[in-house]
Amino acid sequence: MNEIVHVVKVGIADMNVVQPPHLIRTSGLGSCVGVVIFDRLKEVAGLAHVMLPDSSLARSENINIAKYADTAIEALVELVIKAGGRKNWLKAKLAGGAQMFQFQSANTDMMRIGPRNVEAVKRELQRFYIPVVAEDVGGSSGRTIEFNPKTCMLSIRTVNQGVKEI
Amino acid sequence: MANIRDLNADHIDILKEIGNIGAGNAATALSQLLNKKIEMNVPNVQIVSFDEMMDLVGGAEQVVAAVFLRIEGDAPGSMFFVLSLPQAERFIKQMTGDHQFSFVSLQPSELGISALQELGNILAGSYLSALADFTKLKLYPSVPALTVDMIGAILQYGLLELSRVGDYAIVIDTAVHEEQQPEDSINGHFFLLPDPDSFVPIFRSLGVELS
Repeated sequence: MNEIVHVVKVGIADMNVVQPPHLIRTSGLGSCVGVVIFDRLKEVAGLAHVMLPDSSLARSENINIAKYADTAIEALVELVIKAGGRKNWLKAKLAGGAQMFQFQSANTDMMRIGPRNVEAVKRELQRFYIPVVAEDVGGSSGRTIEFNPKTCMLSIRTVNQGVKEI
Repeated sequence: MANIRDLNADHIDILKEIGNIGAGNAATALSQLLNKKIEMNVPNVQIVSFDEMMDLVGGAEQVVAAVFLRIEGDAPGSMFFVLSLPQAERFIKQMTGDHQFSFVSLQPSELGISALQELGNILAGSYLSALADFTKLKLYPSVPALTVDMIGAILQYGLLELSRVGDYAIVIDTAVHEEQQPEDSINGHFFLLPDPDSFVPIFRSLGVELS
Protein backbone atom coordinates (compact mmCIF):
# COMPACT_ATOMS: atom_id res chain seq x y z
CA MET A 1 0.00 0.00 0.00
CA ASN A 2 1.23 3.44 -0.81
CA GLU A 3 1.47 5.89 1.97
CA ILE A 4 0.56 9.44 1.11
CA VAL A 5 3.66 11.59 0.80
CA HIS A 6 3.40 14.95 2.46
CA VAL A 7 5.69 17.81 1.71
CA VAL A 8 6.24 19.62 4.97
CA LYS A 9 6.52 23.33 4.21
CA VAL A 10 8.89 25.48 6.17
CA GLY A 11 8.11 29.21 6.02
CA ILE A 12 10.40 32.17 6.40
CA ALA A 13 12.16 32.15 9.78
CA ASP A 14 10.66 28.77 10.54
CA MET A 15 11.88 25.19 11.10
CA ASN A 16 10.54 21.65 11.16
CA VAL A 17 11.56 17.97 11.07
CA VAL A 18 10.52 15.16 8.79
CA GLN A 19 10.85 11.38 8.38
CA PRO A 20 10.27 9.17 5.32
CA PRO A 21 8.23 8.92 3.24
CA HIS A 22 7.62 12.61 3.70
CA LEU A 23 9.66 15.43 2.23
CA ILE A 24 10.51 18.85 3.57
CA ARG A 25 10.81 22.04 1.57
CA THR A 26 11.17 25.78 1.72
CA SER A 27 10.53 28.19 -1.15
CA GLY A 28 12.06 31.37 -2.40
CA LEU A 29 15.36 31.49 -0.54
CA GLY A 30 17.13 34.69 -1.48
CA SER A 31 19.56 36.03 1.07
CA CYS A 32 18.14 33.54 3.55
CA VAL A 33 19.84 30.20 4.08
CA GLY A 34 18.11 26.82 4.14
CA VAL A 35 19.95 24.48 6.51
CA VAL A 36 19.23 20.76 6.56
CA ILE A 37 20.55 18.71 9.47
CA PHE A 38 20.05 14.97 9.12
CA ASP A 39 20.94 11.51 10.39
CA ARG A 40 21.22 9.22 7.38
CA LEU A 41 20.68 5.90 9.16
CA LYS A 42 17.89 7.06 11.43
CA GLU A 43 16.28 8.73 8.42
CA VAL A 44 15.39 11.93 10.15
CA ALA A 45 15.99 15.43 8.88
CA GLY A 46 15.29 18.96 10.05
CA LEU A 47 15.18 22.11 7.94
CA ALA A 48 15.49 25.71 9.08
CA HIS A 49 14.93 28.84 6.97
CA VAL A 50 17.41 31.27 8.52
CA MET A 51 16.93 34.95 7.78
CA LEU A 52 19.57 36.85 9.74
CA PRO A 53 23.07 35.93 10.97
CA ASP A 54 22.90 36.80 14.64
CA SER A 55 20.29 37.32 17.34
CA SER A 56 22.20 40.40 18.52
CA LEU A 57 20.56 42.10 15.52
CA ALA A 58 17.18 41.62 17.15
CA ARG A 59 15.53 44.71 18.48
CA SER A 60 12.77 43.07 20.43
CA GLU A 61 12.66 40.92 23.53
CA ASN A 62 10.77 37.95 22.24
CA ILE A 63 12.78 36.57 19.43
CA ASN A 64 11.82 33.95 16.93
CA ILE A 65 14.66 31.48 17.37
CA ALA A 66 14.29 30.09 13.84
CA LYS A 67 15.15 33.48 12.38
CA TYR A 68 18.77 33.84 13.48
CA ALA A 69 21.65 31.53 12.60
CA ASP A 70 23.03 31.45 16.15
CA THR A 71 19.74 30.40 17.75
CA ALA A 72 18.28 28.38 14.89
CA ILE A 73 21.07 25.80 14.54
CA GLU A 74 21.01 24.96 18.22
CA ALA A 75 17.24 24.56 18.21
CA LEU A 76 17.29 22.56 15.00
CA VAL A 77 19.88 20.14 16.39
CA GLU A 78 17.64 19.64 19.41
CA LEU A 79 14.59 19.03 17.22
CA VAL A 80 16.41 16.46 15.10
CA ILE A 81 17.73 14.63 18.17
CA LYS A 82 14.28 14.62 19.72
CA ALA A 83 12.94 13.04 16.52
CA GLY A 84 15.48 10.23 16.77
CA GLY A 85 18.68 11.65 15.30
CA ARG A 86 21.98 10.83 17.01
CA LYS A 87 24.13 13.73 18.05
CA ASN A 88 27.42 12.38 16.69
CA TRP A 89 26.01 11.27 13.37
CA LEU A 90 24.47 14.50 12.23
CA LYS A 91 25.46 16.01 8.91
CA ALA A 92 24.34 19.18 7.18
CA LYS A 93 23.53 20.46 3.71
CA LEU A 94 23.05 24.12 2.93
CA ALA A 95 21.61 26.24 0.17
CA GLY A 96 20.81 29.92 -0.26
CA GLY A 97 22.63 33.03 0.89
CA ALA A 98 22.47 34.68 -2.51
CA GLN A 99 23.16 38.30 -3.20
CA MET A 100 20.17 39.17 -5.33
CA PHE A 101 21.04 42.82 -5.82
CA GLN A 102 24.32 44.65 -6.26
CA PHE A 103 24.20 47.95 -4.43
CA GLN A 104 26.72 50.62 -3.75
CA SER A 105 24.77 52.37 -1.04
CA ALA A 106 25.64 53.15 2.55
CA ASN A 107 23.68 50.26 3.93
CA THR A 108 25.86 47.61 2.34
CA ASP A 109 26.02 45.55 5.49
CA MET A 110 22.36 44.66 5.22
CA MET A 111 22.66 44.16 1.48
CA ARG A 112 25.52 41.69 2.01
CA ILE A 113 23.27 39.69 4.27
CA GLY A 114 23.38 36.54 2.12
CA PRO A 115 27.11 35.83 2.53
CA ARG A 116 26.92 36.84 6.19
CA ASN A 117 24.13 34.33 6.77
CA VAL A 118 26.20 31.57 5.18
CA GLU A 119 29.24 32.38 7.32
CA ALA A 120 27.16 32.46 10.48
CA VAL A 121 25.41 29.16 9.73
CA LYS A 122 28.74 27.43 9.06
CA ARG A 123 30.23 28.81 12.25
CA GLU A 124 27.31 27.46 14.26
CA LEU A 125 27.45 24.05 12.60
CA GLN A 126 31.12 23.89 13.47
CA ARG A 127 30.28 24.66 17.08
CA PHE A 128 28.19 21.47 17.16
CA TYR A 129 30.80 19.50 15.16
CA ILE A 130 28.35 18.95 12.32
CA PRO A 131 30.13 18.60 8.95
CA VAL A 132 28.69 20.30 5.88
CA VAL A 133 28.63 17.53 3.28
CA ALA A 134 27.15 19.55 0.43
CA GLU A 135 26.28 23.15 -0.27
CA ASP A 136 24.98 25.42 -2.97
CA VAL A 137 25.37 28.94 -1.65
CA GLY A 138 25.98 32.45 -2.90
CA GLY A 139 25.37 33.53 -6.46
CA SER A 140 22.55 35.86 -7.35
CA SER A 141 19.57 33.54 -7.82
CA GLY A 142 16.65 32.64 -5.65
CA ARG A 143 16.32 28.96 -4.71
CA THR A 144 13.59 26.56 -3.69
CA ILE A 145 14.89 23.49 -1.88
CA GLU A 146 13.44 20.13 -1.00
CA PHE A 147 15.05 17.41 1.09
CA ASN A 148 14.29 13.72 1.07
CA PRO A 149 15.27 12.09 4.38
CA LYS A 150 15.27 8.64 2.75
CA THR A 151 17.85 9.38 0.05
CA CYS A 152 19.38 12.36 1.90
CA MET A 153 19.41 14.29 -1.35
CA LEU A 154 18.70 17.99 -1.44
CA SER A 155 17.05 19.13 -4.64
CA ILE A 156 17.53 22.77 -5.54
CA ARG A 157 15.50 24.65 -8.08
CA THR A 158 16.50 28.01 -9.52
CA VAL A 159 14.81 30.06 -12.20
CA ASN A 160 17.69 29.93 -14.68
CA GLN A 161 19.40 26.65 -13.98
CA GLY A 162 16.48 24.30 -13.46
CA VAL A 163 16.76 21.59 -10.81
CA LYS A 164 19.91 20.02 -9.43
CA GLU A 165 20.56 17.59 -6.61
CA ILE A 166 23.34 17.72 -4.07
CA MET B 1 8.98 50.70 16.27
CA ALA B 2 5.62 51.46 16.58
CA ASN B 3 3.84 48.51 17.87
CA ILE B 4 1.56 47.22 15.20
CA ARG B 5 -1.29 47.07 17.68
CA ASP B 6 -1.00 50.83 18.14
CA LEU B 7 -2.07 51.47 14.58
CA ASN B 8 -5.66 52.60 14.36
CA ALA B 9 -7.95 53.21 11.41
CA ASP B 10 -6.61 56.76 10.96
CA HIS B 11 -3.08 55.47 10.65
CA ILE B 12 -4.11 52.90 8.09
CA ASP B 13 -5.92 55.63 6.15
CA ILE B 14 -2.76 57.73 6.11
CA LEU B 15 -0.75 54.81 4.76
CA LYS B 16 -3.41 54.26 2.10
CA GLU B 17 -3.21 57.91 1.14
CA ILE B 18 0.55 57.57 0.80
CA GLY B 19 0.05 54.64 -1.56
CA ASN B 20 -2.54 56.61 -3.44
CA ILE B 21 -0.44 59.70 -3.96
CA GLY B 22 2.77 57.83 -4.75
CA ALA B 23 1.31 55.30 -7.12
CA GLY B 24 -1.01 57.90 -8.65
CA ASN B 25 1.97 59.98 -9.65
CA ALA B 26 3.82 56.90 -10.90
CA ALA B 27 0.80 55.78 -12.92
CA THR B 28 0.67 59.19 -14.59
CA ALA B 29 4.35 58.89 -15.47
CA LEU B 30 3.76 55.40 -16.86
CA SER B 31 0.82 56.59 -18.88
CA GLN B 32 2.86 59.42 -20.41
CA LEU B 33 5.76 57.11 -21.12
CA LEU B 34 3.63 54.58 -22.95
CA ASN B 35 0.99 56.94 -24.21
CA LYS B 36 -1.66 54.60 -22.81
CA LYS B 37 -4.35 54.75 -20.23
CA ILE B 38 -3.23 53.25 -16.96
CA GLU B 39 -5.64 52.32 -14.23
CA MET B 40 -4.85 52.11 -10.59
CA ASN B 41 -6.50 50.18 -7.81
CA VAL B 42 -7.33 51.50 -4.38
CA PRO B 43 -4.22 50.96 -2.27
CA ASN B 44 -4.17 48.02 -0.01
CA VAL B 45 -2.52 48.39 3.37
CA GLN B 46 -1.93 45.08 5.04
CA ILE B 47 -0.30 43.91 8.20
CA VAL B 48 0.90 40.44 7.34
CA SER B 49 3.31 37.79 8.47
CA PHE B 50 6.22 37.19 6.12
CA ASP B 51 4.64 34.02 4.78
CA GLU B 52 1.32 35.77 4.27
CA MET B 53 3.14 38.46 2.36
CA MET B 54 4.42 35.80 -0.06
CA ASP B 55 0.89 34.45 -0.46
CA LEU B 56 -0.31 37.97 -1.17
CA VAL B 57 1.88 38.08 -4.26
CA GLY B 58 0.98 34.64 -5.52
CA GLY B 59 3.47 32.45 -3.67
CA ALA B 60 7.17 32.76 -2.99
CA GLU B 61 8.12 30.84 -6.12
CA GLN B 62 6.30 33.01 -8.61
CA VAL B 63 8.82 34.37 -11.10
CA VAL B 64 8.58 38.11 -11.62
CA ALA B 65 10.54 41.09 -12.87
CA ALA B 66 11.18 43.45 -9.99
CA VAL B 67 12.86 46.78 -9.54
CA PHE B 68 14.09 47.30 -6.01
CA LEU B 69 15.43 50.38 -4.38
CA ARG B 70 16.29 51.38 -0.87
CA ILE B 71 15.06 54.67 0.49
CA GLU B 72 17.38 56.54 2.80
CA GLY B 73 16.77 59.83 4.59
CA ASP B 74 14.08 60.76 7.11
CA ALA B 75 11.98 57.64 6.59
CA PRO B 76 14.09 54.73 5.35
CA GLY B 77 12.42 51.78 3.74
CA SER B 78 12.32 49.55 0.71
CA MET B 79 10.37 49.94 -2.45
CA PHE B 80 9.59 47.37 -5.10
CA PHE B 81 7.93 47.69 -8.47
CA VAL B 82 6.91 44.17 -9.40
CA LEU B 83 5.66 43.03 -12.81
CA SER B 84 4.50 39.67 -14.02
CA LEU B 85 6.78 38.47 -16.83
CA PRO B 86 4.11 38.83 -19.58
CA GLN B 87 3.39 42.37 -18.43
CA ALA B 88 7.10 43.25 -18.28
CA GLU B 89 7.53 41.85 -21.79
CA ARG B 90 4.58 43.94 -23.02
CA PHE B 91 6.10 47.10 -21.57
CA ILE B 92 9.49 46.33 -23.08
CA LYS B 93 7.99 45.69 -26.49
CA GLN B 94 6.08 48.96 -26.34
CA MET B 95 9.09 50.96 -25.26
CA THR B 96 11.71 49.48 -27.57
CA GLY B 97 9.62 48.37 -30.53
CA ASP B 98 11.41 45.01 -30.28
CA HIS B 99 8.50 42.62 -30.69
CA GLN B 100 10.69 39.56 -30.36
CA PHE B 101 11.70 40.36 -26.80
CA SER B 102 11.27 37.48 -24.42
CA PHE B 103 12.64 36.61 -21.00
CA VAL B 104 12.67 32.92 -21.82
CA SER B 105 15.11 33.31 -24.69
CA LEU B 106 18.66 32.46 -23.73
CA GLN B 107 19.91 35.98 -24.17
CA PRO B 108 17.17 38.53 -23.58
CA SER B 109 18.21 41.71 -25.37
CA GLU B 110 20.18 44.09 -23.20
CA LEU B 111 18.31 47.01 -24.64
CA GLY B 112 15.04 45.53 -23.40
CA ILE B 113 16.40 44.89 -19.92
CA SER B 114 17.84 48.36 -19.79
CA ALA B 115 14.52 49.87 -20.88
CA LEU B 116 12.75 48.03 -18.10
CA GLN B 117 15.29 49.21 -15.57
CA GLU B 118 14.74 52.77 -16.73
CA LEU B 119 10.99 52.30 -16.49
CA GLY B 120 11.39 51.15 -12.89
CA ASN B 121 13.68 54.06 -12.24
CA ILE B 122 11.19 56.60 -13.52
CA LEU B 123 8.21 55.06 -11.77
CA ALA B 124 9.88 54.58 -8.42
CA GLY B 125 11.29 58.10 -8.68
CA SER B 126 7.88 59.60 -9.33
CA TYR B 127 6.32 57.57 -6.50
CA LEU B 128 8.94 58.80 -4.07
CA SER B 129 8.96 62.41 -5.17
CA ALA B 130 5.19 62.58 -4.71
CA LEU B 131 5.60 61.03 -1.29
CA ALA B 132 8.34 63.47 -0.36
CA ASP B 133 6.26 66.45 -1.51
CA PHE B 134 3.27 65.24 0.44
CA THR B 135 5.10 64.57 3.69
CA LYS B 136 7.90 67.14 3.36
CA LEU B 137 10.25 64.36 4.41
CA LYS B 138 13.66 64.04 2.82
CA LEU B 139 13.77 60.75 0.97
CA TYR B 140 16.81 59.66 -1.01
CA PRO B 141 16.35 56.69 -3.30
CA SER B 142 19.26 54.41 -4.11
CA VAL B 143 19.99 53.49 -7.71
CA PRO B 144 17.32 50.90 -8.53
CA ALA B 145 18.33 47.33 -9.23
CA LEU B 146 16.40 45.09 -11.58
CA THR B 147 16.14 41.36 -11.24
CA VAL B 148 14.05 38.55 -12.66
CA ASP B 149 13.64 35.81 -10.10
CA MET B 150 11.36 34.23 -7.50
CA ILE B 151 9.38 36.91 -5.75
CA GLY B 152 10.03 35.41 -2.32
CA ALA B 153 13.76 35.74 -2.79
CA ILE B 154 13.36 39.34 -3.94
CA LEU B 155 10.99 40.59 -1.25
CA GLN B 156 13.18 39.19 1.52
CA TYR B 157 15.38 42.25 1.09
CA GLY B 158 12.50 44.48 2.07
CA LEU B 159 11.84 42.44 5.19
CA LEU B 160 15.33 42.50 6.69
CA GLU B 161 14.96 45.62 8.80
CA LEU B 162 11.43 44.69 9.81
CA SER B 163 12.49 41.21 10.77
CA ARG B 164 14.82 42.57 13.44
CA VAL B 165 11.79 43.91 15.27
CA GLY B 166 9.13 41.30 14.71
CA ASP B 167 7.59 38.80 12.37
CA TYR B 168 5.18 41.15 10.65
CA ALA B 169 5.37 43.59 7.79
CA ILE B 170 3.22 46.58 7.01
CA VAL B 171 2.86 46.63 3.26
CA ILE B 172 1.47 49.46 1.21
CA ASP B 173 0.48 47.76 -2.00
CA THR B 174 -0.89 49.57 -5.04
CA ALA B 175 -1.62 47.79 -8.30
CA VAL B 176 -1.58 49.43 -11.71
CA HIS B 177 -2.63 47.90 -14.97
CA GLU B 178 -3.20 48.87 -18.56
CA GLU B 179 -6.76 49.69 -19.40
CA GLN B 180 -8.52 46.68 -20.92
CA GLN B 181 -5.81 44.27 -19.89
CA PRO B 182 -6.87 41.40 -17.70
CA GLU B 183 -6.17 42.10 -14.08
CA ASP B 184 -4.10 39.07 -13.30
CA SER B 185 -3.10 38.61 -9.72
CA ILE B 186 0.14 40.44 -10.16
CA ASN B 187 0.15 42.89 -13.01
CA GLY B 188 2.14 45.80 -11.81
CA HIS B 189 2.49 46.29 -8.08
CA PHE B 190 4.19 48.96 -6.07
CA PHE B 191 5.17 47.73 -2.64
CA LEU B 192 6.36 50.23 -0.11
CA LEU B 193 7.79 48.70 3.05
CA PRO B 194 8.80 51.37 5.52
CA ASP B 195 11.49 50.36 8.02
CA PRO B 196 10.19 49.98 11.57
CA ASP B 197 11.52 53.35 12.71
CA SER B 198 9.97 55.20 9.80
CA PHE B 199 6.36 55.07 10.92
CA VAL B 200 6.76 57.72 13.58
CA PRO B 201 8.30 60.32 11.20
CA ILE B 202 5.78 59.48 8.48
CA PHE B 203 2.78 59.97 10.75
CA ARG B 204 4.31 62.98 12.46
CA SER B 205 4.96 64.68 9.12
CA LEU B 206 1.22 64.53 8.53
CA GLY B 207 0.33 65.75 11.98
CA VAL B 208 -0.60 62.45 13.56
CA GLU B 209 1.17 61.01 16.55
CA LEU B 210 1.61 57.35 17.13
CA SER B 211 0.53 56.75 20.68
